Amino acid sequence: MAAAPRGQEAAAWSEEAARLVWGGAVPLQVHLHDADVTALPPPPPFLTLGPRIGYFPLLVSTIKAHFSSSLPPGVDTVWFEYKGLPLKWYIPIGVLFDLLCADPERPWNLTVHFRGYPADILSPCEGEDSVKWNYNNSLKEAAFIITGNSKNVMNMSQADQLAMWESVRKGDLDSYMNISTKLKLGPFEEDFLVRTSSLEPRQGSDEPESPGSVKPCRVPVRLYVRRVQQDLEDLEDAKPVSDWESVSYINRPFEIRKEGGRSYIALEHALETLLPEFFSSKLTARAADPEPGATTPDSEPDDSGTSPGTPHDEKPASASLQETDVAKKTKLKLVRVQGIELDMDIPFLWVANNLKNPECYLHVCVYVGA
Amino acid sequence: MGGSSVCDGTLSLDEFNASARALVTKWRGIDVDALPDWEWRPCRKMGVPSETEGFVALEGVYRTRAGGQIEESSDDSVPDDAVEHDTSVQSSRDNVHLYDFHIVYSFSYKVPVLYFQGLQAGMHISEHYCGYLLPLFSFLIANICNLSLGGQLLTLDEIKKDLPPHSLQLLNKSKWTFITREEHPHLSRPWFTLHPCGTSDWMKLLLHKLGDKDRSLQYLPAWLSVAGQAVGLKIPLKLYCSS
Repeated sequence: MAAAPRGQEAAAWSEEAARLVWGGAVPLQVHLHDADVTALPPPPPFLTLGPRIGYFPLLVSTIKAHFSSSLPPGVDTVWFEYKGLPLKWYIPIGVLFDLLCADPERPWNLTVHFRGYPADILSPCEGEDSVKWNYNNSLKEAAFIITGNSKNVMNMSQADQLAMWESVRKGDLDSYMNISTKLKLGPFEEDFLVRTSSLEPRQGSDEPESPGSVKPCRVPVRLYVRRVQQDLEDLEDAKPVSDWESVSYINRPFEIRKEGGRSYIALEHALETLLPEFFSSKLTARAADPEPGATTPDSEPDDSGTSPGTPHDEKPASASLQETDVAKKTKLKLVRVQGIELDMDIPFLWVANNLKNPECYLHVCVYVGA
Repeated sequence: MGGSSVCDGTLSLDEFNASARALVTKWRGIDVDALPDWEWRPCRKMGVPSETEGFVALEGVYRTRAGGQIEESSDDSVPDDAVEHDTSVQSSRDNVHLYDFHIVYSFSYKVPVLYFQGLQAGMHISEHYCGYLLPLFSFLIANICNLSLGGQLLTLDEIKKDLPPHSLQLLNKSKWTFITREEHPHLSRPWFTLHPCGTSDWMKLLLHKLGDKDRSLQYLPAWLSVAGQAVGLKIPLKLYCSS
């Protein structure tokens, strides 16, 4: 029973964070593609809210109703496009917005197509069913990452499965929580006691847990790394993503092994582990900056008493931190989760617990200069 | 570290890489004249080839159905023991499909995942092919000379016709969890894939009998004997002979 006031407070914050994530929406202005317009005058664009945790195919029925009088007869294959880029329907709307709109554009102007599905770029979509199964498969994958198997998800009752999907579709956090807590897929313990089951013993647990053996904790993460101009000053000037090849998609869990004394992992450390190539450019940074030691901690005495976190007697550590800083400036431009530009020092597990999507994945958009 | 994870049917990235290299080498060493070679492809990250990550590719596997529908052919039109043919191909190009297979490591499931795509073979089927009949699945995997590449991507319905009957049944039963179309992790394009969520379970059984020593090296051949079969990719027995 961890019913300490601090725990309650943290739980309240988490609940609030979840409500904000679930309530988040992107204002959309959807235009009908010229080639699909069969009426004069062409129909006005359609304004709607796209839930951040939602998916584009789920908006199709309302959008189609709006444009119905202008559509050509025949079979529809609906897809969305932003500045020439077909949008992957299996990526949550909020993630697409964070990734593709460097400078958030509100409303987000999109084009909807009812014909000419780009089958070589997008997986086929059979409407809500495809999205539902994509969600289920992702949830199963996340469960495997967290618990080492997908049994909890596979063994869900039909009713629960359906209710969970309905809750996601409707953005109903309360009914989602009712079902998802049964899956025991979180939260990760942020004080780094990794055994997620330590509070309540797992009933009917089939694997004997030898005391003292702490399994590594694996966090489901999906990273979307977008390249922008190296010298980009203002996000407004970022060149639009013209093809998906210029975005690296990295679907890889972040693994935490117990290391003595470490109380939390910063977001920066997690990203450094997942994307070493954007942090390991110290050599390049050093070459670019001939005087990396120009501002040693010693030269800023007024800083001393105020930052207990960086003891000044550890010169080598500070120096290397600084190098990383330089490397970051040349490489890493922006990290965005749920529309928020995150501080790199924020505890990673807090981010994973509170900013994850309903399928238990943390989606992280990363902008790098290249 | 190595051996311990293989016991539960999973594979670390290092073990995957080692096993993949072993597969490439062994495959090259045996005489698989009807099939091309597996190749190691480094992943490109921001345009730079990675040193530690990649996948294995077997590309340009030609498959022609021995005439007519696959469902009806297994009994009458195909002799069981036929192994090699020297036959002129006059069949229309619609009958020749070209398959690419990729084995990609899944960090989530810690197992290999099979991705594949089929293409309608292009024009010019000339000369002959050395065929290789699959007694079980009754269609041909053939190496056909002078076939130009780059036809239309096959749809699921077209691929279904090339699938072995048991896979077809499974696919009809579990549309969303067996063979699905998903984004290739390294090519950012939709490929067909065999869903990996059960892989570690059956690999645990499959590897149970193997000695500890080579377990991780034998992982991919063993896995391929099942995954390949599901999509009609016949693996030469010699791959499983020790030497």
